[in-house]
Amino acid sequence: MSALGKILPWIVLAILLAVAPYIFTSGTSHTMLSIMALSIIFALSYNMLLGQTGLLSFGHAVYYGLGGFVAIHAMNTIIRNKYAVPLPVIPLIGGAAGLLFGIVFGSVSTRRAGTVFSMISLGLGELVASSALILRTFFGGEEGITTNRSRLAPFFGYKFGPQIEVYYLIACWCFVCILLMYAITRTPFGRMCNAVRENPERAEFVGYSARMVRFIAFSLAGLFAGIAGALAALNFEIMNTQSIGAVQSGLVLLMTFVGGAGVFFGPIIGAILITFLQITLSDVTGAWQLYFGLLFILVVMYSPGGIAGWLALHEPLYRGGQLGRLVPAYAINAVPLIIMIAGGILLIELAFWALVKSEGEGPEMSIFHISMNTSSFWHWLVAVVLFLGGAFALRATWPRVQDAWGSAVARLREQPA
Amino acid sequence: MLEIITFSTLNGVLYGMVLFMLASGLTLIFSMMGVLNFAHASFYMLGAYFGFEISRRIGFWPALIVAPILVGVAGALVERFGLRRVHKFGHVPELLFTFGLAFVIEEIVQMIWGKLPVDYRVPPSLDFTAFRLFDTTYPAYKMFMLAIAIGMFVALLVVLNKTRVGLIIQASLTHPHTVAMLGHDVPTVFMAVFGAGSALAGLAGVMAGPAFVTQPAMAALLGPILFVVIVVGGLGSLGGAFVASLLIGLVQTFAVAINGSLSDLLGPSAADWLGDLGTVTVAQIAPIIPYFLLVLVLIIKPTGLFGTRES
Repeated sequence: MSALGKILPWIVLAILLAVAPYIFTSGTSHTMLSIMALSIIFALSYNMLLGQTGLLSFGHAVYYGLGGFVAIHAMNTIIRNKYAVPLPVIPLIGGAAGLLFGIVFGSVSTRRAGTVFSMISLGLGELVASSALILRTFFGGEEGITTNRSRLAPFFGYKFGPQIEVYYLIACWCFVCILLMYAITRTPFGRMCNAVRENPERAEFVGYSARMVRFIAFSLAGLFAGIAGALAALNFEIMNTQSIGAVQSGLVLLMTFVGGAGVFFGPIIGAILITFLQITLSDVTGAWQLYFGLLFILVVMYSPGGIAGWLALHEPLYRGGQLGRLVPAYAINAVPLIIMIAGGILLIELAFWALVKSEGEGPEMSIFHISMNTSSFWHWLVAVVLFLGGAFALRATWPRVQDAWGSAVARLREQPA
Repeated sequence: MLEIITFSTLNGVLYGMVLFMLASGLTLIFSMMGVLNFAHASFYMLGAYFGFEISRRIGFWPALIVAPILVGVAGALVERFGLRRVHKFGHVPELLFTFGLAFVIEEIVQMIWGKLPVDYRVPPSLDFTAFRLFDTTYPAYKMFMLAIAIGMFVALLVVLNKTRVGLIIQASLTHPHTVAMLGHDVPTVFMAVFGAGSALAGLAGVMAGPAFVTQPAMAALLGPILFVVIVVGGLGSLGGAFVASLLIGLVQTFAVAINGSLSDLLGPSAADWLGDLGTVTVAQIAPIIPYFLLVLVLIIKPTGLFGTRES
């Protein structure tokens, strides 16, 4: 690949991060962009474990949360003693805390990979989350710990009061962290992580300690998670015990897996998508968490590589100029798929309204601006017919996709290399 | 003092036996299929809610039989149409599938029965005092739970050690591939074990619902403890799961009964330099003791108390 080809994606990324707040100009979208950027760091740090090293952690929020709490205490200490430390330095403190706890907990938990590692990470996560509820002085109990980011020393005149200034701070950190984490995957250490994921025995025969490789990867993941946590602390100006618990750990797993753990940029897609859904969906429907669970299960069952993995499947076809062969088949399949999804959403919303809302607000409801009635048999029937009809039609049209794939791959093979 | 010790022992053994009803199924499923079923505690929760719904409409005794069967069928269906499909992708997607399933089950339970605990009560026929000791009464329902749990334990021992089915399951614990090569229909055995394990969890739920609290968070609260039990006991070891269940049941129950703190022990001055750690009572840290135990065991003996397999 040419030098320009290597640098070009980074220039594009920098431009995207820079112009995003001018495309989405409202205050809420600036907040959302900030959360997306810090979630990208968090999800990529998680993928250093899951994707790169093959370690499935159920307690990654520990390093995010502890990084955030240490950062917020650092900020309060700086404000109290009037130290001349500006806000952009704070993520370093959070990162250091994440690294430190990564080293401490990593030394206990990285001895083995696989299921045992997952269980230990779960246990450690529960241990820290429950301890956080007990140690009220440090974690602030139910209310959490608050701070005021604009009272730190100014940074070249910026006091980071407005959200847009904070966004650019987070975006800069986001760019640097993505670059660093990508660079790590290109080092011999990054390759050894892959080797330990694929076959720890062989990695040991080459002369590397699988445990040491896992330990270093775990500590580094803690470092970046700590940075993300510190960015969250200065973005929200509050940290509470929820950010350290199982829900947050589940969320980062959801982002990484739905985005795609096998491809470097997968978690970036996942972080953007899940953050967007989390913020918008909770306004639209009360059953949003159910949708998250179903989305996760469907991705696990039908596309274990996530969105990025699915996209990556098409790369050789794109290079060989055969992608066009898939378009008609995909177009035909999209129709029953959309019908099935619409039916499914209709069913869930009808059920949610009938079970949760109808007691207080009556059976009348509206979905996609269409008014529905949960007490009407016909409305339920429509939903069921749409869902099942879509599902059966999809089964009938699916072989077309397989045929199109087959012919595209066959064409690819005929081409001279 | 003697009173606290007696009742804490009784309650601890009871809690431990309920844990074992879940841990035994989880261990069997894990040993045979290599799947750590995250949704196992969700089947326990489903058992409690099905039990509540059936005993409200028909009665407690039918619920005790019907609810576990329903949960078992649900478990078998999950295996047949969910896990079996994911199986070919490897162990991580399997684990993630059950993780997502646990989440979905909790959401659905919240939708149907609400976010607050439901009023699942001890049936009138068992709502009396079993015995009185040192002016404290012990409910008959808890003795009934203990009897069923012990009965299940004995039944499990007999099935596993004395029957042909048990022989196949036992063999699968240590040599799953050899069992497949001997010509047993492994997928069907998997489905049956998964269903039976879920049914056992469901039975524990029907029983434990009235004694503990039937709420949507009950799966999320018990699930991690369950993993602690089977890791501390040693992955794939039924005996280890039994010992660890009782151990954690007793430790947690006794911890709840102790109302002392470090500053009580070391004098009030300890509170100054220990901060929160000095004033926290043992009862308050009871929920985190199992996790301490987990970390401790994994540092000293990484395979768990009785485990031989690592994964």
